[in-house]
Amino acid sequence: MKSRREFLKEAATGAVLLGAGKLALPAVAQAHGAGEKSKVVIARDATLSAAGGQLEEQRVLNLLDKAMAAYTGRDKPVEAWKSVVPATVLNGKVIGIKVNGLGGRGISTHAALILAVAERLQQAGAKPGNILVWDRNAGDLGACGMSVNTDPSRVRCYGSEVTGFEDQPVQCGPVSVRLAKILAHECDLVINMPILKDHGIAGVTFSMKNMYGVIDKPFLLHDNHCNPALADLNAVLAVREKVWFTIGDAISSVYDGGPSFHPERLWYPNALIVGEDRVAVDHTAWQLIDHKRAEVGMPTLEAAGRAPRYLATAADSAHRLGTNDPERMRLLEV
Amino acid sequence: MFAAALGIAAAIASAGCKKTAVDPFPAAGAVAGWEKNGDTRVYAAKDLWQYIDGDAEQYLQAGVVSTSTADYKYQNQLDAVVDVYTMGDAAGARKILEAGRSNDAQSVPIGDAGLAYAQSVTFRKGPYLVRIVAYENGPGTQQALIALAHSVEARL
Repeated sequence: MKSRREFLKEAATGAVLLGAGKLALPAVAQAHGAGEKSKVVIARDATLSAAGGQLEEQRVLNLLDKAMAAYTGRDKPVEAWKSVVPATVLNGKVIGIKVNGLGGRGISTHAALILAVAERLQQAGAKPGNILVWDRNAGDLGACGMSVNTDPSRVRCYGSEVTGFEDQPVQCGPVSVRLAKILAHECDLVINMPILKDHGIAGVTFSMKNMYGVIDKPFLLHDNHCNPALADLNAVLAVREKVWFTIGDAISSVYDGGPSFHPERLWYPNALIVGEDRVAVDHTAWQLIDHKRAEVGMPTLEAAGRAPRYLATAADSAHRLGTNDPERMRLLEV
Repeated sequence: MFAAALGIAAAIASAGCKKTAVDPFPAAGAVAGWEKNGDTRVYAAKDLWQYIDGDAEQYLQAGVVSTSTADYKYQNQLDAVVDVYTMGDAAGARKILEAGRSNDAQSVPIGDAGLAYAQSVTFRKGPYLVRIVAYENGPGTQQALIALAHSVEARL
């Protein structure tokens, strides 16, 4: 199976068509040469939110800028975004923002963060109508605080229920699932915006698990703690190649009882986890969850019998989705 | 509303109980301060993943037959959701309640057994497992949830 980096190289030389046009290799991907570590940024604002408090949009935007500056090395937000999203995409391609509202209103990707990303993308050159915020359905989007909008003069927002799923299934091991047409046809590139949660089956749900929201029957992929199905799904070509970058919402989280909303298990990391390597991002998310569980006297996910083993599978030679080896990660905390 | 009652009646029938249709969701004003928002949504067991994908398995393993859910608002300020899981038998409801119990749970005398936290109340009564969750916390939240829970319990 072709690695993401190989794909990007081919894209840079015009050998690969993604969606409707050729991609130019973004600077961030260019910087990840052979042997380089996968960079993951945890950006924090310790007092961003607290129980019952309202998020301040400007502070969320500031936190996003801080994360992107640390990741890209570019202090100006627009330049940071231009180094992550290719100019060929900003100039006329459709950029999806895959959010996560599965857990309901209490534990879904925050609208303030979604809008902050959409704002920076527009400032970097994307037209509003070429930005598509999406999840499974209007209910999930509503849980995030977003309203359905199909007006192409503004940032669009609707669920997979609107355009449906591909007729032709894809294989995740022995299981056949169908991809959302939004991913398969409408979007040229996707920014992945999960929310950090404990998960009763997979252990952790974050970057890679958010892709269960791009298929028609996610419940078919829950066997054996979602392993290897979770890695298999992320290795499906459209998921591997179009889902480009993770802006992970760890402003609030549940450290147990997930993926549903359990307010008694809610906590506020007040953080964003950002990176291109989805496996490294999810490994970092796992560490945050386990750290919190230890803090409150709960067993680790390993001890609870649900360590996210899909990370090792995603990193293996058959999937090559990233690294789960901390020695091959460069974690920046800002 | 009617659909919810039908769904639960069908669930009870399939569980082998002789009980008439019930609508567990108090109407607006039935409990002081509480208003029901929108329609009741009903999920058959096979469709429960559409509502709680990732959590559905534990309910399926405990024998869930159907699930009904409705949104509520308290004094135009506090939003909450009421989930009523109709299990195949009382053992299934007990299994879910006990699985969710943690050290900081406060026992409350609702139905056959109940647990309360600052922002949620869960209880079981016969084959029913009811979970009420508030999206915000504030003074009086728990008491308001318990009052709503008593009203739901009385309708089961």
